[in-house]
Amino acid sequence: MDIIETLETLWFNSGFQSFFVNGGWKNLIMIVIACVLLYLGIKKKFEPLLLVGIAFGCLLVNLSYFGPESTDALYHPELWDNFLNSEHQDYHSYGTIMAKGGLLDILYIGVKAGIYPSLIFMGVGAMTDFGPLISNPKSLLLGAAAQMGVFLAFFGAICLGFSGEQAASIGIIGGADGPTAILLTGKLAPELLGPIAIAAYSYMALIPMIQPPLMRLLTTEKERQVKMEQARTVSKTEKIIFPIIVSIFVILLLPSTAPLVGCLMLGNLWRECGVTERLSDTVQNALMNIVTVFLGISVGATTAADRFLSLRTIEIVFLGLTAFAFSTIGGLLIGKLMYKLSGGKINPLIGSAGVSAVPMAARVSQIEGQKANPSNFLLMHAMGPNVAGVIGSAIAAGFLLAVFG
Amino acid sequence: MTDYSLFLMRQLSIGEAGVTAILGYCVVFFGLILLMCVLCCTGSYFSSRDTKKETESARTAKGVQNNAVPVQTAVKTSEPAPGSAGHVKLYDVPDREAVLIMAIVADKMQKPLNELHFISIREVKDK
Repeated sequence: MDIIETLETLWFNSGFQSFFVNGGWKNLIMIVIACVLLYLGIKKKFEPLLLVGIAFGCLLVNLSYFGPESTDALYHPELWDNFLNSEHQDYHSYGTIMAKGGLLDILYIGVKAGIYPSLIFMGVGAMTDFGPLISNPKSLLLGAAAQMGVFLAFFGAICLGFSGEQAASIGIIGGADGPTAILLTGKLAPELLGPIAIAAYSYMALIPMIQPPLMRLLTTEKERQVKMEQARTVSKTEKIIFPIIVSIFVILLLPSTAPLVGCLMLGNLWRECGVTERLSDTVQNALMNIVTVFLGISVGATTAADRFLSLRTIEIVFLGLTAFAFSTIGGLLIGKLMYKLSGGKINPLIGSAGVSAVPMAARVSQIEGQKANPSNFLLMHAMGPNVAGVIGSAIAAGFLLAVFG
Repeated sequence: MTDYSLFLMRQLSIGEAGVTAILGYCVVFFGLILLMCVLCCTGSYFSSRDTKKETESARTAKGVQNNAVPVQTAVKTSEPAPGSAGHVKLYDVPDREAVLIMAIVADKMQKPLNELHFISIREVKDK
């Protein structure tokens, strides 16, 4: 056995050698980015449940994938290119993915088929109390207004030269709803999944920094001080009927929302009906955690260096921030309008909670309201627009899927 | 780099994008306004049903009170009493019980009543 030859083979098979050939230095940059994301998730607690998984998926893929010739890669972007290419023999062939793919390719099937985001929505539904929204249905207007950023960012992305599908996926970042963004991007522009998921979750974590300056800029001290009346109590029957009504009306209006709205409302029905505690508990905890593991790591896998490091990624990050800001502005403006029309009974700060991102956005409204008036308790009032934003972003995604899907 | 032209992608003009964006925003509003109308209808039905129930239970409670201990009916005024923090909403709770509850809370918290603000008192019923 020739020791030198064996050592040479080991060196040429190693990832260390790959850093020095065929643009392998890009992987090195991505590994640094993955470590920064891990730091933000673990130390700064930026959406840690998903960001840690995404960051580690990013680390794994960039340690193993150095181009199409990589034999031990955990994720193969070129397999997915073939999967989406209607002229290729592997078009829509999950069999090829199972046979030739790595571990992360197999896990990614759940993203591509839209399974993980829908199951996450089921868990979200089981964890959400829609009582504040049912007691004040006008909150739905704030949830609708706060989708402004989605469509403005969509328009901006078209102006920057993105295709319709890509622009729709970028715009949905403004919905501040991770699973919705992943579902839509997985279906319309999977090549942008990595940057869009990272932008969406990063901005959701940064809501306490992004929203307050806009809230203070667009509202007066007097408006922020408004104390809202206690909402009426919602009966058990109303809470049971709510998910059924929403499913019927929203899915009939936009059938493409069925996976998201259907799962969200099924989870909520399990929570509220009172006879399925075991299922509700499983969906809220065990299933949610399992899906979060798979979703995080497989989304992270889409950040292979040769795809992620481009000017397009910077444009997506910028457009995502714009989308978030304008969604907040949209909610605040309608909040101000409702303040005027109600004769000063509605605090416009609750409008910014319409951007979804449950319950972070509602907490920000509460904190800003208390800064203006320490005896102000806006949390429950802000939860109405907050959960309305979840439905609003699902409808926005459904519309974009119907147009571009 | 991936050749994204492999995928069937739609290039929109700025005009088309503008129309799509406005249409999309309108669809979101339409969907949620539709939902709001439905929720308002169901909400008003349940509210009126609850109000009926409350009236009935208040009547029953009043009847029980009248039979047990004749008490003087409190004179309701629109102005809050001097030193008070305003009105307290009572749901299915007679005035007498509400006063007792407020006194007990003040005693437990070691705070004078005029420093506490009760928003509402509601009887929690098993369903």
